[in-house]
Amino acid sequence: MPREMEPARMADAVRPEAIRVEGLRKAFGPLEVLKGVDLTARQGDVVAIIGGSGSGKSTLLRCINFLETPTAGRIVVAGEEIRCRADGTPASRRQIEGVRRTLGMVFQQFNLWSHRTILENLIEVPVHVLGVPRDQAVDRARRLLARVGLADKEAAYPAFLSGGQQQRAAIARALAIEPRAMLFDEPTSALDPELVGEVLAVIRDLAAEGRTMILVTHEMKFAREVASHVVFLSKGVIEEEGPPAQVFGAPRSPRLQQFLKSVD
Amino acid sequence: MVEQTLALLALEPPGWGGNLLRGLWASLVIAGGAFGIGLVIGTFGAFGKLYGGPVARDLLAVYTTVVRAVPELVLILILYFAVTDAVNQLLVSFGYQRIQISGFAAGIAVLGVVQGAYATEVIRGAILAVPPGQIEAARAYGMPPGMTARRVTLPLALSSAIPGLANLWLIATKDTALLAIVGFAELTLTTRQAAGATRAYFTFFLAAGALYLLVTLVSGWGFRLLERRARRGLPSAGGAR
Ligand SMILES: Nc1ncnc2c1ncn2[C@@H]1O[C@H](COP(=O)(O)OP(=O)(O)O)[C@@H](O)[C@H]1O
Ligand SMILES: [Mg+2]
Repeated sequence: MPREMEPARMADAVRPEAIRVEGLRKAFGPLEVLKGVDLTARQGDVVAIIGGSGSGKSTLLRCINFLETPTAGRIVVAGEEIRCRADGTPASRRQIEGVRRTLGMVFQQFNLWSHRTILENLIEVPVHVLGVPRDQAVDRARRLLARVGLADKEAAYPAFLSGGQQQRAAIARALAIEPRAMLFDEPTSALDPELVGEVLAVIRDLAAEGRTMILVTHEMKFAREVASHVVFLSKGVIEEEGPPAQVFGAPRSPRLQQFLKSVD
Repeated sequence: MVEQTLALLALEPPGWGGNLLRGLWASLVIAGGAFGIGLVIGTFGAFGKLYGGPVARDLLAVYTTVVRAVPELVLILILYFAVTDAVNQLLVSFGYQRIQISGFAAGIAVLGVVQGAYATEVIRGAILAVPPGQIEAARAYGMPPGMTARRVTLPLALSSAIPGLANLWLIATKDTALLAIVGFAELTLTTRQAAGATRAYFTFFLAAGALYLLVTLVSGWGFRLLERRARRGLPSAGGAR
């Protein structure tokens, strides 16, 4: 081990864990999609999850906030383990709701609420779920919209925006809850190619300010650039992981080598 | 001729216009009450059918199937006579006095139960048409189920439910005429009384028809406003925006 690595490792140990996944298994009926996955994101980490279509990337992300109930394993968010009964069902809906309110999720299909304006989308959860006073939530929402370049769209309904604008608004909606960590599920996969850049720019900006993020993506160049840690998921297990330079520059497993060739 | 007709329709006795309007009002109140009850039953029924346990689902399936299969007139007779009778027998067997169930309350309840069965199906279909991702987004942000239903699922379902609900409302206004059979003085019965007393059948039934038509037109306009509001976030909402 070279000596220079030492300070970085120290810092690792000091930064608290934001999300820890242990021995995660998930089956849909007879189909076992995740077969024992371990993953840790410390505060400030940007963990990129890559892998082929159907390899379980979305399922892994959705298990973290219990949109899917794991078949086995532990999910710990900010030191709090999500409790389950003996039969695997969640023990407390309230606990899960509490955990979800700390995780800003961004979906492939944006999933903005179509009956609410962009501004209403941003204040919906702060005001009605978190109990933030309305004017405070509105102020904050306006600042976030300015930040993602949508200051002039606050009164528009989502369907009247481009995909790139909708996804930027969805990211602002996630930021509006002041999340401890953010979960991105292929945020640019539903976009026309010319709109991908504007969304990646926003995510890059968030990574630069030290946000904790778990990011499922098909954008390998982007993953290499922003991730602090890359996880390659294949057939329900983590086939290989490591810092981006290693995973992309010197892949060891044949599956990863082949995957990287196929997405080139 | 015209003067005679106007005299017959005058609001003050000996004209019958006042009676007709009172009958219309009774019809509208009953239809409104029944529609409201139907919406409440329909909302819970739809969520029960979609997300309820097996027992709830089975009971709701029986309810919607039976109500929709049996002619409304028969249902009204069954529910009105059989149910009031059953209630009274129950009361007597527990040592209470028999009660007289008013045609008004019974009418609202009976039509409400009928409306509820249809509304359950309309609202269930509309909920199924809601993009699942938007409901999932609410869940992902920690919104509790009741709030999700109120603030996300139902408002989104409304846009596709309104045509069906508008239809149900019109059926409700017309079904009130069936209550004439149990002697409730709604528009059709008061019209028949007026016509019978004056022998001016044509005048009064035409007047009643015009009133029903007026109700239909005004409701259509109201529901179009509602629909436009419910579809406000959707592009090309049938033109006017
Ligand atoms: N709700 C579900 N019910 C049944 N099978 C599912 C469900 N969700 C995902 N799957 C299956 O699990 C596998 C992994 O899906 P997913 O996690 O979406 O993969 P990825 O995001 O990597 O493309 C796929 O084979 C998919 O068909
Ligand atoms: Mg996926």
